[in-house]
Amino acid sequence: MKNFAYAIAPDISSASEAAVQGAQLVAGGTEILNWMRLGIVSADRVIDITRLPELSSIDRQGDEIRIGALATLNQIEGSDIVRQDAPVLSQACLLAASAQLRNRATIGGNVLQKTRCPYFRAEAATGDRMPWPCNKRVPGSGCSAREGDFSRAALFGATEACVATQPSDPAVALVALDAEVDLVGPSGSRSIPITRFHVTQSEAADLARTREGRRLLGGDAPETPDALIENRLMPGEIIVAYRFSVDTASRNSAYVKLRERESYEYAMASAAVCLDQSAGQVRQARVALGSIAQKPWRLSGAEAALSGQTLDEARLTSVLATAFSDAEPLPHQDYKVKVAQGAVRRALTKAGGSIQ
Amino acid sequence: MTDMHKIETALTGIIVADDGAPLALPENGIGSPQRRMDGPDKVTGQATYAGEDMPNGTLHAVLVTSPVAKGRIAAVDTGQARAAPGVVRVLTPADMPTLGSPSVPPTAQSKLPMSSLDIDYEGQPIAIVLAETLEQAEAGAGLVRIGIERAKPAVFDTAEVEVPPTEGNGYVLGELDPAHGDVDAGFANAAHRIEATYTTPTRHHNMMEPSATLAEWRGGDLHLNDATQWSWGLQLSLAGIFDMEPSRIHIRCPYTGGGFGAKGYVWPHQILAPIAARIVGRPVKLNLTRTGCYTGCGYQSGTQSRLRLASDAQGHLTAVEHHTENVTSVSDDYIEFANMGTRGMYAMPAYRMTTRVRRANVGTPTAMRAPHEGPGMFALESAMDELAYEIGMDPLELRLANYTDSDPHSGKPFSSNKLREAYAEGARRIGWSDRVHEPRSRRDGDKLLGLGMAGAIMTTFRNASQARVAMTPDGRFTVEVGSQEIGTGTRTIFAQVVAERLGIPSERVTVVLGSTDLPPASATLGSASTISIGSAVATATDNLKTRLDDMAGRETRPDEWPDLLARLGVDRVQAEGAFTLPGDVSFDAHGGQTDYSMHTWGAVFVEMEVDEITGIARMRRAVAAYSAGRILNPVTARSQMIGGIIFGYGRAMLEASPMDPRYGRYLSKNLSGVQLPVNADIPRNIDVCFIEEHDPHASAIGVRGIGELGEVGVAAAITNAIYNATGKRVRDLPVHFEHLIA
Ligand SMILES: Cc1cc2nc3c(=O)[nH]c(=O)nc-3n(C[C@H](O)[C@H](O)[C@H](O)COP(=O)(O)OP(=O)(O)OC[C@H]3O[C@@H](n4cnc5c(N)ncnc54)[C@H](O)[C@@H]3O)c2cc1C
Ligand code: SF4
Repeated sequence: MKNFAYAIAPDISSASEAAVQGAQLVAGGTEILNWMRLGIVSADRVIDITRLPELSSIDRQGDEIRIGALATLNQIEGSDIVRQDAPVLSQACLLAASAQLRNRATIGGNVLQKTRCPYFRAEAATGDRMPWPCNKRVPGSGCSAREGDFSRAALFGATEACVATQPSDPAVALVALDAEVDLVGPSGSRSIPITRFHVTQSEAADLARTREGRRLLGGDAPETPDALIENRLMPGEIIVAYRFSVDTASRNSAYVKLRERESYEYAMASAAVCLDQSAGQVRQARVALGSIAQKPWRLSGAEAALSGQTLDEARLTSVLATAFSDAEPLPHQDYKVKVAQGAVRRALTKAGGSIQ
Repeated sequence: MTDMHKIETALTGIIVADDGAPLALPENGIGSPQRRMDGPDKVTGQATYAGEDMPNGTLHAVLVTSPVAKGRIAAVDTGQARAAPGVVRVLTPADMPTLGSPSVPPTAQSKLPMSSLDIDYEGQPIAIVLAETLEQAEAGAGLVRIGIERAKPAVFDTAEVEVPPTEGNGYVLGELDPAHGDVDAGFANAAHRIEATYTTPTRHHNMMEPSATLAEWRGGDLHLNDATQWSWGLQLSLAGIFDMEPSRIHIRCPYTGGGFGAKGYVWPHQILAPIAARIVGRPVKLNLTRTGCYTGCGYQSGTQSRLRLASDAQGHLTAVEHHTENVTSVSDDYIEFANMGTRGMYAMPAYRMTTRVRRANVGTPTAMRAPHEGPGMFALESAMDELAYEIGMDPLELRLANYTDSDPHSGKPFSSNKLREAYAEGARRIGWSDRVHEPRSRRDGDKLLGLGMAGAIMTTFRNASQARVAMTPDGRFTVEVGSQEIGTGTRTIFAQVVAERLGIPSERVTVVLGSTDLPPASATLGSASTISIGSAVATATDNLKTRLDDMAGRETRPDEWPDLLARLGVDRVQAEGAFTLPGDVSFDAHGGQTDYSMHTWGAVFVEMEVDEITGIARMRRAVAAYSAGRILNPVTARSQMIGGIIFGYGRAMLEASPMDPRYGRYLSKNLSGVQLPVNADIPRNIDVCFIEEHDPHASAIGVRGIGELGEVGVAAAITNAIYNATGKRVRDLPVHFEHLIA
């Protein structure tokens, strides 16, 4: 790690401009400082965005909740608004990281965290010191995880180039809440659905052939864009807030996180469920899974198949089987499909669902 | 004094240090539940550790290590690094002086660091960058360019099985291949047999304080501030390597922030820091990073144990086989004696054991709490559970049927053994009589519940030790001993020993540790400090009393001593004491040349819950009862045992350091990729008790060692409970989703 200059951004536009010019933005610093220590990024300039007022606060207007990008995971977890109207998000924040980290970790930085793939996270000051190939570290070098021992590998959307997963918990809840992401960038502001924010590796490969994709890569065209593009955040764009509407399903929502260790560990698989069930019948279910793809994985097919139906054991089993019929676990990871299905089952009941 | 831990000695001779029980223990001296004397210093940051010191002119050293596991260094380009701001010097193998050959142990590996261009393991030091600040040294290290001709590494799974050499191998703790009786007949005539292979993974110590050393030469003497568990081992090792008088090497370790074995032997950084300090003529500080600890100070070797057990219809063992293999390095033959516990645990008319290694491109493994018996008893106690189910017999009954009161291997009687009482008390506390033997019999909502148990055994290690006890006219006493405090509470214990011998409050005793300028003492290894040094302190105290009686010309009481000293105008009276071993050896195991076999014992009981829909298992309750000799302080003893049980939970459920066989590198060299237990994994009240005991043979003060025993048996108790819950047998640790998910 080398010395860098540090400055506090006075306003969004200067932060955005600095980022375009290659400065790294820092919010809580819990991810980016690790990247700098590990050799994943190296920066001459680091711009602190924690004083930007547009990015703070959690509030509710009418049926809409707005979460500023600087809200910490502990603030979100403890917010009465969120606890009441979107418990899934409160729980996802509480189950992330440790208490100390949650005091610093912002939800803006959270959705931008990178994979926990241990090949990617190898300590290496420079590319030539990398002990093994990783396309995310050294484009074109290869992917060690495919034939390696990375338990958090993707079930969906991976390519030969990369099988990494997005480990965020809050992002999974935001996807189940159908949140919008408000962005401000060099060319103004825009909003996109969080379901479209992250991309799988195969989506990234398609994107790379488009103009949008080339802009995402900042003009460079490395050999394996599939491994490098992880979301649709343009260079210099800043996440300002997330917004979502409150409904019966969001009020009856829950997050289940499965992992070897009871706390302070990333998920093997997690599930966020928003469930509107009345008299045994599902009126609406929104289901998203975490840590099984490079983006929170919505089970849209399963949601449609459950809608208007009773939640019985046989139907659930067949719906889940269909939802995972095209899952592609790495060799020796077939069990992960069952873990993910187990997470959905337990989240459905935690959200108040009764399975007949 | 005991507001948090209430202590009870029941009439039945059970010592419990737990919340809520009535208090009936001595106020003072041995057996009194005293808090750590150094606790307040530690939690307020007053206690200092080796890595904190910073004499004027200190340079920071950062190691550049090999990113590949096997190969040859073709070139080291230090040009850019040397030009970097603050970098004072970059040392490469070409700068290394000629060194003497190291004795192994205390040196961990016979291959000296930076002594050759061959790379034998990933993480092997290649260069040292010395700079004015740590940040500059780190930045400089990133600029050193290394050219390496890579070769394909050997790993455990692909390596050949070898018989480790016993000649000149300091890692041989016992016979490799003990055998006795007619094993084949024992199997042929048995009513029941089981055969299975059990594996435990390679894992790291992950102690709280990473290894750290600060080296400074003053007038030809070497002064080292070091985070060590064995100052004297470090002195001896460096004396050999640098061809110096040991007395010219001064080791200081004010406090050591845990070690679990990683700081027992001498590792490359402790050899390189003095060399660098010598070359640059300034103090050099070399602290390993957390990542550096994964390749810089050992690990517990993965083990594979093949077990065969045979019994008659009543469950009496008729033959036992235990064959083990562990990984070791290119340069050395570290042996993880996973069959060590099997040699002493049960009555066995016939047995056959083998101990083998597989040589791979890895650093040398080392002892880790609990070496040998820790991984090995997972295998034996799992196999005993399998045999119990094969017979259709209660697993505890099976253990009792095979109880032995003499060592099945040496034939010697045990110095003391209350294992049967431990079984009984543990079983009572967990409610074993309510257990349903048939798997999958108990449920709580979504979860299957199961009870499991395992026996525990640990070798008693003893080290020759000396101590000095002094008295001053103010009525205060000082214990001086060149030991190191790694968090176990020995400081408090030594004060209690003096207090007991003299009938004075232990507040009047100051304990000075942490320097080789004090009397030589045991390593803080192998649960040997209390037994060895405690005995030396007791003898020194008795000698002090004799000396004071002599000075008075009659038998005196300690409260007369301040006046006596004042009268005689003496401002300090001191006496030394030693704990020696038969045959005048510096170290022995299981009683060595004595007429007794020495071990500690335990019975561990666990309740597990398993959700088969998610594949998650958690521990609900843990109870353990121990036969470990006299308990000097129930509070610190209990701490050791619950720590050990949590360690065992880690072994069973979480910990592993997998290596990618293609690259010979640990997948993760960072705590964020290695799962250790956290509080949320552990039930609030681990119930620990000790059987009241006084071992007249093992030491002068009735004790044996306890620190490592707590880890033993826990993993098997857990997987046995999982079997009782689910009918699924886990033979490869750690337990994982794929073992349990429906
Ligand atoms: C040990 C550990 C365990 C963890 N466990 C979990 C877990 O279990 N579950 C989980 O979900 N997460 C976990 N995390 C991740 C943690 O939640 C994230 O590191 C944190 O949320 C990131 O937020 P930050 O503010 O610290 O981001 P920073 O580190 O400050 O920034 C991360 C990245 O986001 C960019 N960035 C930050 N804010 C914005 C913004 N508003 N607009 C545009 N770019 C921005 C930065 O430029 C940088 O590239 C863990 C982290 C650690 C270190
Ligand atoms: S999965 Fe992706 S991050 Fe991991 S090694 Fe492969 S390319 Fe790198």
